[in-house]
Amino acid sequence: MIALTHAGYLAAGWLGTAALVGGYALVVLRRGRRLSRHVPTEERRWS
Amino acid sequence: MTATTPAGPPSGPPPTAPAAGAAGAASTAGGDAGRRPPAGAGPAHTGSAATRVIGWLALASLALLVLYGLIISPADREMDDVVRLMYVHVPSATYLYLGCFLTTLASGMWLWKRTPGWDALAETGAEVALVFAFVTLLTGSLWGRPTWGTYWTWDARLTTTAVLTALLAGYLALRRLDVDPDARSTRAAVVGLLLVPNVVIVNRSVEWWRSLHQSATLARIDPTIEGDMLVALMVGFLALGLVFAWLTIHRFRVAWLEQQADRVDLDAALAARRAEAADGDPHEKVTPA
Repeated sequence: MIALTHAGYLAAGWLGTAALVGGYALVVLRRGRRLSRHVPTEERRWS
Repeated sequence: MTATTPAGPPSGPPPTAPAAGAAGAASTAGGDAGRRPPAGAGPAHTGSAATRVIGWLALASLALLVLYGLIISPADREMDDVVRLMYVHVPSATYLYLGCFLTTLASGMWLWKRTPGWDALAETGAEVALVFAFVTLLTGSLWGRPTWGTYWTWDARLTTTAVLTALLAGYLALRRLDVDPDARSTRAAVVGLLLVPNVVIVNRSVEWWRSLHQSATLARIDPTIEGDMLVALMVGFLALGLVFAWLTIHRFRVAWLEQQADRVDLDAALAARRAEAADGDPHEKVTPA
C-alpha cells in the first residue's frame, strides 16, 4: 500500500461510508426476510 | 429500477383490493381465518436475479473505486491525499439529491393517483437519501478539517445540507406516526414535495451566498478535474449509483411487504370478528324467547 497523507481522515471517511451503507443494507435485508414470512407468496412477485 | 419491482408504482393494486391468495383466504370465515402463510412457502427475502446482478456489479465497481480512488489517482497539489474523499463525497451528495427527487416525484404521484406503490417509493427514496446524506456529511466534515481547519461551520452549503437532512429525518418520523395510513401518507407526501425545492437551494447555495465550499467541479463547461482523478470520480458515481439502485430496489420491496403484511393482519382481524359474530348468532336468536 502506498503511503498517504491524511490517512486518518481517509480511513475514517472510507470506512465510515462502508459501515453506514453496509449496515443499512444489512438492516434492509433482515427486515425483508422477517416480513417475507408474513406475506403470501403471491405478493412477492419478484421471487 | 421499477421494472424489477413488484407491481411498479403506477400499476400496483389499490391498498383495499384483496389479493386472490392467502390474504383473500384469510378473510373467509372458518377455522382457516387469520392463519398466516407458512414460512418458506416461497423465497423469503427481497432478492431476485436482477438484484443479484446489480449487487455483484456494485461490489466489483466498489473494488475498482478503492483501486482508482486510493491507489491509481494522484494526490492533489494543494490538498494532498485528502482529496480522495471527493470520490465518495461528491457521488454521495448526488445520490442524496436523486433520492429526494424520487420522493418528491412519488409523493406527487401518490397525491394524484393514490396507488400504494407510489407511497412505498416515496418512503424508499427518503430513507435511502438519508443514508447518503449521512455519508455526505461525514465525508464532507472529514474533508473540511484538513482543508478549512474545522469539521463544521455554518456555511451556506453545509447549513442547507443539514436542513435537508433534518427534513428527511422529519419526513421519515412523520411516516411512523400511529394514525390512519391514508392520512399519514398524505401528510408525508406534502412534506415530500418540499424535498426537491430544498435540493435546489442546497445545490445553488454556493452561487447565491458567500461560501467556503467550492462551486461546481463537473457540472460546468470547463470541468476543473481531469485525467485519473476524473476517472476515479466517474468510478465513484458508477459504484455508488449501483449501490443506490440495489438499496432502492430492496427497500422498495420491504415497503411493499410492510403494506401487504398490514393488509394480512387487517384481513385476519376482520375474519376473527366475523367468526365471533357467527358464533354469537344462535345466542341472539335464543335469548328473546
